[in-house]
Amino acid sequence: MLQSAEMPRHTVKASDFSETYRRAFRWMLLARTTEEKIASVFRSGGKITGGVFLGKGQEAISVATGIALRNGDIFAPLIRDQAGRLAFGESLLDCTLTYLGARSGPMRGRDGNVHRGRPLEGLLPMISHLGAMISVVNGMLMAHRFQGKKNTVGAASLGDGATSTGAFHESINQAAVENLPLVLVVTNNQYAYSTPNDRQFACADLVDKAIGYGIRGHSVDGTDLGACLRVIGSAVELARQGEGPQLVVATNLRLVGHGEHDDAHYIAPHLKEMPLGRDSLAVAEAELLQNAWADSETIEGWTRDSISQVEKAIAHSLREPSPDPATEDWCALSSRHLAEGLSSNGSRG
Amino acid sequence: MITYLEAIREAQRQALENDPRVYIYGQDIGAFGGAFKATKNLAQSFPGRVLDSPISEDAMVGSAIGASLQGMRPIVEMQFADFSTVGFNQIVNQAATMFWRTGVPCPITIRLPSGGTPGSGPFHSQNLEALYAHYPGLILMTPATVEDAYSMLLEAVALDDPVIFCEHKYLYFHLKAESLPSEALPVGRARIARAGRDATVVTYSAMVHEALSAAEELSTQGWEIEVIDLRSIKPLDTDTVLASVARTGRILAVGEAWPWGGVTAEVLARVATDGFNLLDAPPMRLNSKDTPVPFHPNLWGTHRPTAQTIVSALRDLLRL
Repeated sequence: MLQSAEMPRHTVKASDFSETYRRAFRWMLLARTTEEKIASVFRSGGKITGGVFLGKGQEAISVATGIALRNGDIFAPLIRDQAGRLAFGESLLDCTLTYLGARSGPMRGRDGNVHRGRPLEGLLPMISHLGAMISVVNGMLMAHRFQGKKNTVGAASLGDGATSTGAFHESINQAAVENLPLVLVVTNNQYAYSTPNDRQFACADLVDKAIGYGIRGHSVDGTDLGACLRVIGSAVELARQGEGPQLVVATNLRLVGHGEHDDAHYIAPHLKEMPLGRDSLAVAEAELLQNAWADSETIEGWTRDSISQVEKAIAHSLREPSPDPATEDWCALSSRHLAEGLSSNGSRG
Repeated sequence: MITYLEAIREAQRQALENDPRVYIYGQDIGAFGGAFKATKNLAQSFPGRVLDSPISEDAMVGSAIGASLQGMRPIVEMQFADFSTVGFNQIVNQAATMFWRTGVPCPITIRLPSGGTPGSGPFHSQNLEALYAHYPGLILMTPATVEDAYSMLLEAVALDDPVIFCEHKYLYFHLKAESLPSEALPVGRARIARAGRDATVVTYSAMVHEALSAAEELSTQGWEIEVIDLRSIKPLDTDTVLASVARTGRILAVGEAWPWGGVTAEVLARVATDGFNLLDAPPMRLNSKDTPVPFHPNLWGTHRPTAQTIVSALRDLLRL
């Protein structure tokens, strides 16, 4: 873990809010730097195949989720969670190796980009079907209950679009029935791909859904790191104390396309002028300076450090070999003796 | 005497007793004991480990996957195989891909009460084994006997991969055995249910019994039909099938499921590809009709293959 050698992950006491804020900001900065580099490698062509999905603007919500979790907790990130992944403890190399399709990455070229994770370390690799990861988190928390593991929390990230799925409904209701320590962090960034809120749902506010499930709902300004740390942090704490599932709805604007293939021309210009259209990283930097929690020289140092970490991770990952179809283990079963056609290239292959 | 259904219940009791990682999750399976009573009294014997779920097949399977990643061995009971389509996404995209993508096994068992019974109609009668077998990463068990219902369910729970366990509702109460087995063929091996000389019927689940009746009838006319019970359709024991066709030169594949694609098509494709020179006659197959499963017993009895239609197909195959 490249970055954790320099920034060890532990829980910081609530009393030391400025320290948490600084740590969160550094993860956001590292996430932004990582994603800008990934996008630049993608645009230069040839090195990254498949999609590139960025979390620009969403770093405050994401990092607040990752930083509120601790060892033994579960995190099911979605596509705009680079900051939260780093704060949760995913190595930068897991990101760059996966984007570059390296055989040595956690997905070994079998899956790519944001579909990475390490289930045994509590980090779930998302499938593309939205809402589908929530019940998996529920099951992990049910396992903890069976096993007598106490005080763990599971968090799942969602967008506004995922709240329209059947999987969302089934899993949030399941978590409520089982009173699981689940925190659902819904980022309403106004668009699901190109579909605006008014074609996605008809309730006044997504947080209103909480009452229907009998769980607590929290609203937060997703552009405000301090608010995200406080609200998501307290939701995680409530879940940890046995208060059951918590729904957090954060509001912001997606500042990039759905993926790098998308120019996001459909985003209504007036939204960009609204407070929800602010860039959470820029807002957090201004806040740091204004409160004298960091000076500009310090922030420049952090930026240089982020760039250096990212350059190292990318350079390393570029040197790693790609998967080789000739030596690939084409076996989808863990019980190898039950796999079909392993030694045949004929009809059973 | 023990029924096919009781064997399933006993296997679950054994699994719960032997392994603290096992729990059962499904609709109405707790104090009520399940729609078919497959979990009768288990909630009382194993408090907190036989859990009623909301009517949420997607979340039922998704949570089982999550629990398995944390070291549990969940058994999910679908009330009817037909309802598993609501959990289809979790089964085929989450459970089936987990080991391939991450290297972390996903040991879950999903029980599908499958197949037709008179009066059950389009949504309580389906056979979905071919649908799930299509996806890499899943094991498909289709027990035809009381003994297999018991031993294969125990093996399903012990395996490190997701298992779709297709238990046939038609066999639940009628099929009986003297006792539960102490040993069994391993999963992946077909069983010769009746040895024969003149033609091979390859089938599985409830159709094994229809095929055996057909073979019995033809034996009175001097024809000896070999009946192969596939037991698991994925993996499919092609070797046993080919060895039988080598002896008989003729094959009829029978399935209760719909005709398009599916298990019978797969069996014949393999025989045609790997055993073409063994055949003395074009391979044949027999499935249900290509309509939804009908409600009325008159229609249902004609919709699926029966001993009579199997006899008739075999007479064609034998050029009688």
